[in-house]
Amino acid sequence: MEEILVLAEHRRGKLRDITFEMLNFASAFASQNGVQLTVLLLGQDISEMADRLENSCDNLLLLDSPELGSYSPGPYLQALEKTIQERSPFLTLIGHTAIGMDLAPPLAARLTIPLMSDCLDAMLDNGHLEVQRQIYGGKINANLRLKPFDQYLVTLRPGCFSASVSHDRSAEKVAIKPPDWSYFRRRFLEYVEAELADVDITAADILVSVGRGIGKPENISLIEEFADAIGATLSCSRPVADKEWLPKSRQVGTSGKTVRPRVYIALGISGAFQHQAGMKNAETIIAVNKDGRAPIFNVAHYGIVGDLFQVIPVLKEKFAK
Amino acid sequence: MDIVACIKQVPEVAEAELEIGRDGSEIDREDLVMDINEWDNYAVEEAVRLKESHGGKVTVVTLGDENAEDVLRRALAMGADEAILIDEESFEGSDAFGVAKGLYRVVKDLSYDLILTGAQASDNGWAQVGLILAEWLGLPFASLAMDIVINGDKVIVHRELESNTQEKSELSLPALITVQTGINDPRYVSIMGIRKVRNIEIRETDCEKLGLSETEIGSEGSSVTSRTLSLPSSGEGAEMLTGTLNEICEKTAQIIRDKGGID
Repeated sequence: MEEILVLAEHRRGKLRDITFEMLNFASAFASQNGVQLTVLLLGQDISEMADRLENSCDNLLLLDSPELGSYSPGPYLQALEKTIQERSPFLTLIGHTAIGMDLAPPLAARLTIPLMSDCLDAMLDNGHLEVQRQIYGGKINANLRLKPFDQYLVTLRPGCFSASVSHDRSAEKVAIKPPDWSYFRRRFLEYVEAELADVDITAADILVSVGRGIGKPENISLIEEFADAIGATLSCSRPVADKEWLPKSRQVGTSGKTVRPRVYIALGISGAFQHQAGMKNAETIIAVNKDGRAPIFNVAHYGIVGDLFQVIPVLKEKFAK
Repeated sequence: MDIVACIKQVPEVAEAELEIGRDGSEIDREDLVMDINEWDNYAVEEAVRLKESHGGKVTVVTLGDENAEDVLRRALAMGADEAILIDEESFEGSDAFGVAKGLYRVVKDLSYDLILTGAQASDNGWAQVGLILAEWLGLPFASLAMDIVINGDKVIVHRELESNTQEKSELSLPALITVQTGINDPRYVSIMGIRKVRNIEIRETDCEKLGLSETEIGSEGSSVTSRTLSLPSSGEGAEMLTGTLNEICEKTAQIIRDKGGID
């Protein structure tokens, strides 16, 4: 059957936004190319999640099994392998998330299907799949045209499509048979939540956020003084937390915190999509970066191309009492 | 505890202004400094730390041109014991499968309890090669590791998930793990340190020695037929503040006051 297959993603009994983002993409893709939209939901006690999906696809495949209670790649791979072999979907779509990044490459290797990972968009042109990606940390856009294959695997970057999904399709729920489960050499133990932080950056009205451009830890005090002068809280992007120049609890982004302050001031942050995902809904974003083409300027409302070590001392003076 | 670390040399682009080369399919690398992929640097550090506490040896493998010897020497200076360079000629234009084929042919004959690599590379960002390798080698695997603890014939891994959450999982050894940045604090590598390892022999191999035909790898073996690069439009949406430094700061201060509700 000609179809596009979407793997629903969820954690702790809740569907994740990426599922609906994929459905939005897939619904348009299915309509344009005259194919069916099929969703595969793997998990345990999944009936409530299934209810939320049945009006957003044409086929809803359900596999409810204790093996699938919390994500682990062994059973997921086995279930996906069986489903793809039986149905031969033209395109299989998985989120480019911690689950999808774990799952898609071995699935592609197992089935020998080409995998285009971390795609912002995909389309069909004369039988060729074309995908849009970003490379070099978001500094370059890449448009890739693929050779003709019967099947493709794509992982979609989170945040590229709206997560509010239309309910203009209807699917019959089909329970699929579980595979003969193998013995799995990786076992899920538990989720570990981050420890409580000294400061809650999600509660701040103004955030002054530092990135790789800060250069060395000694420079952070300069930014801290500026933050104090305007009554702001200090946060950071991933490289600063990785180097432990600021605690992980101050990190803004996909794997850190999502913030929505009135003003977000990004200093020396290039703006990888994982960072943008954590701050793009701030009411006002001001970015200072040496590279005028840094991706941060695409989400900023106000941009300053310049050296933060020149800008910040002068800017701080403007707030001197 | 024998560990293999797969690493890659990439252009350093964090602070660079990139230009696209003439044929439109690659960036102009002329003025760019080459260095070890950031994720792989953490992988090498983790490998060396595990060796230091559990014994064994660390072998680093890369696929690259002759300059890629630099990242191997760097890894040796960090504490790796052996290094293998796969000549990238004939691999050029490979997709992740193509690169993984080269690594697979080398790694399958090495002694290992654990294979480590970066979760992704900063150039193409596929985040595929490590786990394809795991599947072909028939190994249990985990991606995006933020903590790795060896416990007998098992390994406990904390994987980084979204929203400040980690997943704790247990794998049996041998296994392959891809490493997320921030898992450790990679040691500093001095020029003296690199000098000290200059006499360690680097084993070299290529696609012919590995028994790979040119149709399996490179652009012929790739699923991609063409690639067109473009620069993102600069400052799309942002109002760029211009003027003298003082004027820019005056405007910025006003914006912060207005939007931040500061009097």
